[in-house]
Order: sequence, then structure tokens, then C-alpha cells
Amino acid sequence: MSSVGAASPQTAQAADYSVSSRGTRLLGVFILVSVPVLLLFAFVFTEADDTMEDAVRLLYIHVPVAVLTYVAFSLTAVGSVAYLWKRSRWWDTVAHAAAEVGVVFCGLTLVTGSIWGRPTWNTWWEWGDVRLVTTLVLFLVFVGYLAFRSVPAEPETRAKRAAVIGIIGAINIPIVNRSVEWWENNTLHQQSSLTDGQLEDLTLFTWFLGTVVLGAIFVWLLITRFRLAWLEEEIDRHGLVTALEERRAESHVGVEAAVGGSVVGGFQDNPGGPQ
Amino acid sequence: MTHLGYLIAGWSIGLGTLAVYGWSVARRAKAAARHVPADRRRWMSAND
Repeated sequence: MSSVGAASPQTAQAADYSVSSRGTRLLGVFILVSVPVLLLFAFVFTEADDTMEDAVRLLYIHVPVAVLTYVAFSLTAVGSVAYLWKRSRWWDTVAHAAAEVGVVFCGLTLVTGSIWGRPTWNTWWEWGDVRLVTTLVLFLVFVGYLAFRSVPAEPETRAKRAAVIGIIGAINIPIVNRSVEWWENNTLHQQSSLTDGQLEDLTLFTWFLGTVVLGAIFVWLLITRFRLAWLEEEIDRHGLVTALEERRAESHVGVEAAVGGSVVGGFQDNPGGPQ
Repeated sequence: MTHLGYLIAGWSIGLGTLAVYGWSVARRAKAAARHVPADRRRWMSAND
């Protein structure tokens, strides 16, 4: 990792490199308190299901992470469209951060769903299930998006191409979501339980609580990942500027030595700083 | 309680992954912040 430049003595004295803020610290406290409460509701206060028995308790984490996967990749699409429209580095960073958090949540959707499927459907995975396969495709597309973003390139070109991939990848979201209705004969998944009115109030509440708690974790991760992406890009852009300055200085020294004259002019710093 | 092994595996993988990922992101961000002067660390607080 290249360095933009040394921090000033005053800032070095303060030596506070944490990227947390008052808001993220409060969110962190809320998460630490609410996770044990969610576990109490998921494992103690709610009853086992007549059909799934206690395996239903896995759905209190599986369904919220699936919903938040949709939110994350939708945010990537919104950020990508906004970047192409406004050419704003802020929106590109939002898209990048949401994609990485989305990949984590999508991976967890696949894993927790597979662990739930084994005792319920007697299988870890079913290639004939449209929702499973489309979710896997969604996961792989955004893993590809992140891989593309890690390839060294000029920041604006990379952001533009990543935005196109982000928008194309998000087209799969409604397909995943509606697959159970569109291909009802090609899925082990049941249709939405939330709308059929057969769930007990406490089950519904625990699902809601799970969505709130995991939603808080999602927001904390998104903000922190955004800040990391912003800092990384700062290093990328200014690391490049530093390298160009060094190369230019070297070539000027070479020209000076060849013609015996003086070097006139300097390098303009910071063409790609924060907007 | 039935399916206890699946329940422990599902919840511990879920919450454990999020905890490890969160810790990793915060640690990487702190390391990155060392290379960026304070005046260039925008969007790091609600005041930006």
C-alpha cells in the first residue's frame, strides 16, 4: 500500500485513526444489546413449527439476510445509475461498499439456507430449484463485480465499467424474488408465508426483530466499508500522483543532464481529490 | 430441541461471519487511515 503522505505532527500526536463516528458507535452498542435479545426470541420465546420442528429457528436469520441481500444489491444498482448520471465519486463508493456487504449477506443466505434445507428437505442443495440457482448466479455475478474492481485501472474508467456490471447484475434481483411464483413447479421453496396470514404473532415479531437487528449490522458494515473504500481510493489516486511526480522528476533530471539547462515548471498536485 | 446441530451451525456461521467481517473491515479502515492525512479523510464522521 502506498502512502499519500505523512500525517502532520499535530495529527500524529492525536493518533486517532479510527473511522468510527458517534453514529456508528451508538449503532454498535445497539447491535451488542439487541443480538442476545434476538437469540432469546429465536430460541426461547418462540415455539417450534409443526412441520419443520425446531429447524424453523434458522429462518429467523436466513430470511433477514436474504432480504438484506436484495437491499444491498439494489443499492449497488442505485449507486451505479447515480454514478453514470452524476459522475460522483461518492455514488461509486456507495455502489462498491454495498456490493461487498451484499456478497457477504448473499453468501450467508446460501449457507444458512443450505443448513436449513438439510433437515427440512433432506438435501443440502438442489440444482433443479430455480431460486437456489438464481441466488447462486446473483452471488457469482457480484463476486465478479468485486474481482473487476480489484483490477488496477484508471479510477474513472473502472468506476464506469463497474457501474455497468452493477446494473446488469441487479436485473437478477426481481428474478430471484419472483422465481417461486414464476416457476412454481421447479422449486422446493414455498410461497411467501408473510402474506398468507397463518403465522403466529410471536413468529412474525421475531422475524421483524431479526430484520431490524441484522439491518443494524448491515448499516454499520455499509458505513464502515464505505469509509474504507473512500480511504483506499484516496491512497490509489494520490499514490498514482506521487508515482507520476517521481517519474516526471526523474525524466526532468535526465533532460537537464542532457541539455545542461534548468528545469522549468512543476507538477500540479491533486487532480483527483475529494469533490 | 430437535436439529440442535443445524441450529448451532447456522447461527454461529451467520453471526460469526458478520463479526469477523466487521472486525476485518474496521481494522483495514484503521490501517488505511494511517496513510491518509487527516484533512483528506472525508466522510469519516457525520459532520462531513
